[in-house]
Amino acid sequence: MRIGIPKEVYPGERRVASTPDIVKQLIKLGFEIFVEKEAGVAANFSDKSFEEAGAKILEKNNLFSDVDILLKIRAPFKSHDLDELSLMRSGQVLISFIWPAQNQKLLDSLSNIGVTALAMDSVPRISRAQKFDALSSMANIAGYRAVVEAAQHFGRFFTGQITAAGKIPPAKVLVIGAGVAGLSAIGAARSMGAIVRAFDTRLEVKEQVQSMDGEFLELDFKEDGSGAGGYAKTMSEEFIKAEMELFADQSKDVDIIITTALIPGKPAPKLITTDMVKTMKPGSVIVDLAAEQGGNCELTIPGEVSEKHEVTLIGYTDLPSRLATQSSQLYANNIKHLLTDMCPNNDGVLIVDLEDEVIRGSTVTHKSKILWPPPEVKLSSINETKKQTEEVKPKLVEKKSNPILSFMPFIIVGLGLFFLGRVAPPSFMEHLTVFVLSCFIGYMVVWNVTPALHTPLMSVTNAISSIIIIGALLQISSSGLIGLVAAITILLTSINITGGFAVTRRMLQMFQK
Amino acid sequence: MLEIFTDIPEGLVTVAYIAASILFILALGGLSHPETARRGNLYGIIGMLIALLAATLGVTDNFELLLVALIIGSSIGLWLAKKVQMTQMPELVAILHSLVGLAAVLVGFANSLNPNNYFSGIELTIHDIETYIGILIGAITFSGSVIAFGKLSGLISGNPLILPARHWLNLALLLVVIWYGRIFVLESASGGDALTPLIVMTVLSLLFGIHMVMAIGGADMPVVVSMLNSYSGWAAAATGFMLGNDLLIVTGALVGSSGAILSYIMCRAMNRQFLAVIAGGFGTSSGSSGGSSEDQGDVVPIDPSETSSLLSDAKEVMIIPGYGMAVAQAQHIVYEITKKLRESGINVRFGIHPVAGRMPGHMNVLLAEAKVPYDIVFEMDEITEDFPNVDVSIVIGANDIVNPSAQEEPDSPIAGMPVLEVWKGRVTIVLKRSMATGYAGVQNPLFFKENTKMLFGDAKESLDAVLKNL
Repeated sequence: MRIGIPKEVYPGERRVASTPDIVKQLIKLGFEIFVEKEAGVAANFSDKSFEEAGAKILEKNNLFSDVDILLKIRAPFKSHDLDELSLMRSGQVLISFIWPAQNQKLLDSLSNIGVTALAMDSVPRISRAQKFDALSSMANIAGYRAVVEAAQHFGRFFTGQITAAGKIPPAKVLVIGAGVAGLSAIGAARSMGAIVRAFDTRLEVKEQVQSMDGEFLELDFKEDGSGAGGYAKTMSEEFIKAEMELFADQSKDVDIIITTALIPGKPAPKLITTDMVKTMKPGSVIVDLAAEQGGNCELTIPGEVSEKHEVTLIGYTDLPSRLATQSSQLYANNIKHLLTDMCPNNDGVLIVDLEDEVIRGSTVTHKSKILWPPPEVKLSSINETKKQTEEVKPKLVEKKSNPILSFMPFIIVGLGLFFLGRVAPPSFMEHLTVFVLSCFIGYMVVWNVTPALHTPLMSVTNAISSIIIIGALLQISSSGLIGLVAAITILLTSINITGGFAVTRRMLQMFQK
Repeated sequence: MLEIFTDIPEGLVTVAYIAASILFILALGGLSHPETARRGNLYGIIGMLIALLAATLGVTDNFELLLVALIIGSSIGLWLAKKVQMTQMPELVAILHSLVGLAAVLVGFANSLNPNNYFSGIELTIHDIETYIGILIGAITFSGSVIAFGKLSGLISGNPLILPARHWLNLALLLVVIWYGRIFVLESASGGDALTPLIVMTVLSLLFGIHMVMAIGGADMPVVVSMLNSYSGWAAAATGFMLGNDLLIVTGALVGSSGAILSYIMCRAMNRQFLAVIAGGFGTSSGSSGGSSEDQGDVVPIDPSETSSLLSDAKEVMIIPGYGMAVAQAQHIVYEITKKLRESGINVRFGIHPVAGRMPGHMNVLLAEAKVPYDIVFEMDEITEDFPNVDVSIVIGANDIVNPSAQEEPDSPIAGMPVLEVWKGRVTIVLKRSMATGYAGVQNPLFFKENTKMLFGDAKESLDAVLKNL
């Protein structure tokens, strides 16, 4: 089948849905690749590099009419001189971000045309689908870029320093929402030297925040905000009150706030009020990653940088696009994994298998029908598995055997020795003494052997256990059968003695610092 | 029979034996560190020479036979030691064990044929029991080691052979052996035919040895090899009791306890009871591997060039070798990669699980052969805390020893086994031929973790490609 990669027409969009590297891999899957002229230029991929990878370069109109599968970043867009939807035709497959919840009209048009549309933003969040999860890969980039933007507008160092000219305190960053973007922002800000605090309603992310070296702020309030699919849910009123108090406190103290709080299918919660902005230090920065969904800060203007009450508010909605090369690469990889999955025979034929829960979840229109929203997917959250392991732990403890049984061997051995002592002759008891003491010496000595040398230990013990040769040496002077048997024994054991010592020597010589 | 030593003072022989015992203990003690181990081995050789010399001085006849046997045996031994590949060490050790076992049987028979024995009463009974036990252990060691050798070298299938009612069979064998022991002692005391019960018992012991090792699966081989090591020691000790020779008793006890400790360490490393291992069949008694193996999700493959770039971007690299590395003979290429990474300032370390490979310490020897410095090779307990700081872990041909279900799934057959927690690191790259399960037959959730990447193919070829891209 023929895959087309058009140039994005959305204003300011620099990303492209595939890269030359990925094009090569898609060709291996059996697809023919067509790239619109200058599609990758803004992301630093030249037409030439696409051609070298095996793609053909086409004009937009030809591209839309010729191909069977369209790979895009943004949903089809209508600008004053161009309507992407009007170029599409029935039976075409579109893979892009679509945001079906916000774009009901678009869904209607797509299904009317007869386009099969797969929304990269609707890929179910299950572990199998992680490699298709473009939202996560974009969020990761957005989180990083948010810190870079903040640094740009923040008139101070991130890291603290003590110089001859005086002390520079480190910047304090508060990250609200520790999802993929939040964690990425925590990591970026930490590595620039800032003090990073993070808040999230989902208590399960505490460890993740700490693993990124951030400080997790907790409310003195018991309510977990984990909703389905690893997202947060709306919290109770009391909780929100306590949360707002925390933010009010923090905004007096921190220099930079990065908000990433989103609840699926709802406008972004307003977490930073005008009053809080007013209390922030002059020169502080707020980066609102939820700007597209209305913003977590009341004053955010989506898509713009503004200054209110001496605080810079960054409301860019195109942060991934500002790192176009890398975000194109990651997005292209996500799409490649999806196509690989949908093309199981490597024959360049795409199969839309609605039985597959990942494909079913992503497909929003198919055969002139709107398939969104998909039926609910069962999720095994971390909590459930945790509960299971906790439940079983006590059982493992019970397995410990009772103390009387573990003393049984000692009692038996003791009784055995007692009877032996009563009947055995003194010569035997002397040997027994030697034997028991030797066992203990062996025990002490061998526990000290370093595990790295266990193989040499076995070969050397092998060699010395051939001391049994002495038995044969005592017997060999006899004539006849006994002498012959003894000679054979000597032969066998001497193999063992020389072999054991020689191979030990060989091994030990290999151990070098 | 101590009259043999009439030519030289008996005290001198005893002194020689004491010296040999001390030197043997020093030989084992030296193994506490690679630096002192070489000297220790030398002590062992000197000890053996002293003991041999002292014993040979007592020989009155058949010098030619003795010399010929010694020369032939020694040359075979040297030749074996020179020729053997480090990956074949477990086989060599197993076959050498079998020789000790066979020697114990032969010495026992020769001794019971010896007309010069003049014991009587309780001393005779004890002596007979010693002979009987010496041959018994020797025969089990012999046949068990031969089977272990066959399994290790692939001549016999590694799958456990489970006979029906095998525990009852073993019990019956034990009772029969005890019964014949009684007949042997009685016949011997009355001067009757003591040889027949001895031969019957030997055959039964040989069968028992075969049956015991046949029932043990491939993954339990480290336990079996160290257990046979232990048996060969006990066989020597029993022979020592029979001959009234303290040097044999001391040495046998040293070797026996050494093997027993190794077996214990191996069992602990697999969280298995020693008896359960001997009773045979890994995973045969426990139920299915639980329900969580249904939808594990997908694995993420990775190619050698990506692996190289991950490695060169890392600061802390941990390499976890398993038996697969030995099979692919990949240890040399692993060292080349290690060298290159270390030259560019990356901290590369090796994490060795106690049961990695086919015998205790097998991986260490292979890495040493490839010239990996031993101070970057660590035991599981030494590095298990460090995994959260590791950027890239590479698992080469290992499976069960890095299986998180040992900790996460209480009904897994390997539950409770200590494992290397590679998944706590940033990225894990698993080198594997296919998605097949390990010896325990348990699916490994590690492969499906999001920070795990799979590098499929022959370990040596894959690593070659990784090295080229570095």
